[in-house]
Amino acid sequence: MATASTDGALASLRTRFEGPNTVGNSRGFWVAFLVAVAGLVVYPAFGDAGQLSLFLVLALLGLSLSVVWGYAGVLSFGQVVFFGVGGYTFGVVSINHATPSGITAAVVLGVVGGGLVAALMGYFMFYGGVRDVYVTIITLVSTMVMHTFMAQTAGSEWAIGDAALGGFNGMPAIPLLALGVDEVFTLQLVRNTVELSAPLVGAVEFDLFYYFVVGVLVSTYLGLRALVNSDYGRVMVAVREDEDRTRMFGYDVKRVKLVVFTLGGALAGLSGVLYASRNIFIDPQVFGLTFATLPVIWVSVGGRTSLLGAVVATVAVEYLRVTIQGEWALVVLGVLLLVFILALPGGLVPWFEGLRERFRGNRADVPGEAPDAPTEVTDS
Amino acid sequence: MVNGLNLAFQFLDSFAFIVLAAAGLAIIFGIMGVINLAHGEFILVGAYATTLAVTGLSVPLPVAMLVGAVVTAAFGLVVERTVISGAVPNRLWARLEPPLSATLPDQAAALLPGTPLVEPLYDRLADSMVATFGLSLVMVQGARIVFGNSIDQVATPLGELSYGAFSYSAYRVVLAGVSVAVLALVYYVFAYTDYGMRARAVIQDDRTARAMGVDTERTYAATFAFGSGLAGFTGALFAPLVSMQPTLGGQFLVEAFVAVVVGGASVVVGTVLSAGVLGAVEASVTNYFDSQTFGRIALLLAAILALRFLPGGITGYIERLRTRRREDR
Repeated sequence: MATASTDGALASLRTRFEGPNTVGNSRGFWVAFLVAVAGLVVYPAFGDAGQLSLFLVLALLGLSLSVVWGYAGVLSFGQVVFFGVGGYTFGVVSINHATPSGITAAVVLGVVGGGLVAALMGYFMFYGGVRDVYVTIITLVSTMVMHTFMAQTAGSEWAIGDAALGGFNGMPAIPLLALGVDEVFTLQLVRNTVELSAPLVGAVEFDLFYYFVVGVLVSTYLGLRALVNSDYGRVMVAVREDEDRTRMFGYDVKRVKLVVFTLGGALAGLSGVLYASRNIFIDPQVFGLTFATLPVIWVSVGGRTSLLGAVVATVAVEYLRVTIQGEWALVVLGVLLLVFILALPGGLVPWFEGLRERFRGNRADVPGEAPDAPTEVTDS
Repeated sequence: MVNGLNLAFQFLDSFAFIVLAAAGLAIIFGIMGVINLAHGEFILVGAYATTLAVTGLSVPLPVAMLVGAVVTAAFGLVVERTVISGAVPNRLWARLEPPLSATLPDQAAALLPGTPLVEPLYDRLADSMVATFGLSLVMVQGARIVFGNSIDQVATPLGELSYGAFSYSAYRVVLAGVSVAVLALVYYVFAYTDYGMRARAVIQDDRTARAMGVDTERTYAATFAFGSGLAGFTGALFAPLVSMQPTLGGQFLVEAFVAVVVGGASVVVGTVLSAGVLGAVEASVTNYFDSQTFGRIALLLAAILALRFLPGGITGYIERLRTRRREDR
């Protein structure tokens, strides 16, 4: 009887996260999801948690683009602008107020800063009637503006309070991330390992930042899943599929795009804050052309209409980028991208889902192949 | 102090740079709808081919520049066949697939991809971007592996023009003239040749063009090769001016995209106008603040404003004005 009621509660919980807009609407998926999260929890015992925490931080950036591009149909190169603004804001505020309260405020301001810049840019573009590829180019140009501008801030006149922007050399010595209120409760997250004694294994060290990032990523993923499967998510997808028709149905397309773009900006800002606090450093490379292109690549490889794909592909591509050593690394990565985009244009996760459906013999609706994704982005 | 001659030279310099950077891309992006992030690397191929022809084979520079353009066009043709249109992998797969699926057990054979293995990347903006970014990674790193971190540069020809206390490279002035000639060539090719007419037909409506007997596949391939050749020629022209590193293409990419998009649908006229406007903005801000950085930022901001207020690009705006005037009459 107890199991029946928990089953019922679980099922009603599941419906919030399930729908046609995400893969994995089955019991098997959620079991696998729990196994994967458990795997992330025990990973530090086997591998380099410091490195994985960087990939997971970048996965947040991938998620931000997946929502903006994959669900609302706005291909943005600007995610790194919001990422960098978040990171720099965090750096400036936390250097000037290097106490846990100040740093907590810096985190919030970094996220707000990313969202605010996205809102301004989004208002400028969407309410000005800029669409499709022009949005893409404007966001690309905006990263170049930021890159060119930040790279020349080496002089001492470019400082905000105690924080020198540092030009090409970047902004070093960002205070260690800590959350809380001064003299009430504070918790330092970066460079802080907590030792707990566990039965059987003895003393176990926990890298707090890693677990913080895992928590943020999992809750962001679940939150976005709930969003895209909600009524609002359906409107987002409608905007992606056909802007004009959605407007005819009475939806305010511009506002939907602005809201989603702002949300994506805030998420990218959060990713930037965590990036800056993990590296204790940030430099204008985050606005560079290569870094601006990376989120688009992660999301394309993973499948733009799949939140899970964005996370998986970010971790996989970044892992490859870091681990293939030597001069052939970039060649291998380039060839992989070519092969992926040519052979699996829908992306990895939708393709995998399609295979699974085909194995089950239900060929009727194969999600990865149903809508012709590329034309959605371009046609108006 | 604003020096008029300095300003004029700076403007010519910016104008030539933008026009030449954009020329090949205007065709590939503006006409075929392929966002070619490897555009800078096509310029790299042209620059390296020219430089190596001069230093290795001691060919005279003007001939070497033509060699650079031809080599890049050939390279572009190969890229188009293998990556952009996917014709080569498709043909290989069509030959490979039947025996493979015959030997494999049924269930595994069902998992094999179907016969057109690869869809062409035309008008698939995002996908073409990822694919060409992969290509550019391979090319930059490949150039580094084969040629090292830099190669010897060709000396800048034609000497200096001096006026008052200043002097200016005569070659850079010639470049401005060449950039106009390149645009004239592109205009002539698309407006007056048979190929140009076929290309425009394919761009407007490739199904109808095919129904009328135009070999669309060949036209696409030729167009891509032509665009690549122009990019290679740009590389050849700038070979004596920029330092010969594998990453040299990167500096051309953004200006090229900006110029093409700001120009709008009409490739040649649009590129001239946008290079004129953006070049003027860059030159005057660079001159006024005496800072290249601010000049570049001003150029980029001008581009953003242009995109926001002239959504169809400059030529789209002119088109609108003309229709309005016609209606008024």
